[in-house]
Amino acid sequence: MGSNRAEPRLPSPFADLEPFAELWSLATERERYARRLASSMEEMKTFYAAMTPRLDAVLDHCDGFPLDDMPDDATRLLQLVHSFIMVSFPVEVWGRPRIPDVGDAALDRVIEPAP
Amino acid sequence: MARFPKPAEGSWTEHYPELGTAPVSFYDSCSPAFYALERKAIFERSWLEVGRVEQLPRNGSYFTREIQVADTSIVVVRGHDARIRAFHNLCRHRGNKLVWSDFPREETHGTCRQFVCKYHGWRYDLDGACSFVQQEGEFFGLDRSGYGLVPVHCDVWAGFIFVHLGETPRQSLRDFLGAMVGALESYPFDRLTERYGFRAVVPANWKIFLDALQEQYHAPIVHRSQRPENFDDAMQHGGFEALHYQLDGPHRMFSSPGIQPWQLPADQIKPSERLLRSGLFGPWDDSPVHPATAAVAGTRPGGHDSFGVSLFEIWPNFGIQFWQRGWYHTYHHWPISHEAHVFECNLYFAPARNARERVAHEMTSVTFKEFALQDDNLIASIQTTLGAGVLTTCPLGDQEILVRHLHKTARDQVEAYEREGGTS
Repeated sequence: MGSNRAEPRLPSPFADLEPFAELWSLATERERYARRLASSMEEMKTFYAAMTPRLDAVLDHCDGFPLDDMPDDATRLLQLVHSFIMVSFPVEVWGRPRIPDVGDAALDRVIEPAP
Repeated sequence: MARFPKPAEGSWTEHYPELGTAPVSFYDSCSPAFYALERKAIFERSWLEVGRVEQLPRNGSYFTREIQVADTSIVVVRGHDARIRAFHNLCRHRGNKLVWSDFPREETHGTCRQFVCKYHGWRYDLDGACSFVQQEGEFFGLDRSGYGLVPVHCDVWAGFIFVHLGETPRQSLRDFLGAMVGALESYPFDRLTERYGFRAVVPANWKIFLDALQEQYHAPIVHRSQRPENFDDAMQHGGFEALHYQLDGPHRMFSSPGIQPWQLPADQIKPSERLLRSGLFGPWDDSPVHPATAAVAGTRPGGHDSFGVSLFEIWPNFGIQFWQRGWYHTYHHWPISHEAHVFECNLYFAPARNARERVAHEMTSVTFKEFALQDDNLIASIQTTLGAGVLTTCPLGDQEILVRHLHKTARDQVEAYEREGGTS
């Protein structure tokens, strides 16, 4: 952290999404699900609203690279889309971070492709 | 009035008269005594699916499985001759667990040239032969050829690796699977290799969770809030009817109707699904493997090409669900007690060729989990009430025919085992 401006995490055309990268560029579903449960609806709605108009541009950028040889900044951009999907249920359907009536039940994703 | 035609007998259930139509007892799902019998009568007398051949990509690749219901751990390995074998995962010297990493109770995988016991360094070739005994001269007339790893019956069908923990299986794997499941063999499982695996310990009997997956009578109710309001109303009003049910020995299947999400009005679909062209039913756009998946008529034995999904429950604890959109997922239910089991679920897609395809798979995978978690928590509540013993029997409707069949099969197999003199 500190006072020095951090290195950008995302490709330069996506500077507008930079404020979300630290929290939401997460490599695994488990991290994204945990972040969702730890977030407020306000935070998720803000992130969702920022991502929605940018999805096409983000995917166009990521599609410029092979999936198995993607630069780190593009990988973090793709992870933002994964997180957009993760918050879509709270924002579009549930109105809350947790699925109703699910209590503390867990279903861990233990195998997944990268990125 | 049925939306989809039922058999001439008037119902799916009466088409299989051995099922009867009487209310059913769920004693088999809350009794420690039944569970003790079920372990022997079912799980040690059936072929059990433990993994895919893609998990063993090279000669020397191996994985372990903890099979608590049979009190054993197994190691499955591809030998130097490329053949896949399974062994009880223990050293023949003093029974130390042979293959594990860091945590002896956790499953592991990897690649090796031979197995070496962590205790006294005994070594085993990949075909199970004992190849080295530390300080062999200290032993008394020890013949290494008599101390190979203890084999487990193992066979492969359609790339699925099955084991049988009994001494002598009464049926070959293919005979066990039968004609209905056998007709799935040409499905391009080997081309759908992008895998999303989920695991949960569920506080319910394995059959109770299986019931929630093999009937969709519950879907319009439990999953109603998953959808925008208008679609929700339409679903609840109509209820659920399957296109087709079929039984074949201990195995069972249903097909249910599909929806074409891209044809729905905008207010009946999640906005993100439209943006990313994917949802619960799968990616909206065809993968290169899609035509090969659609060509397999065995996925819809009722002949309904408009099917959305077909679930085949292969006895006792392995399910394969085919989605019309050209992907499939599997279920496993591994009992750990009469009121708990490990639930595993794996989704398989054609490998994504670009970010858009990857994101479409992510959308399906995340949506799938939202649905599965609802089922997961609901069945935990059923277990608590069943265990109380307030209800002795429960009525089952025609859309619950597979529930009726599962519990009847379990009871029949336990009774047959007892008749043959088997005990827990």
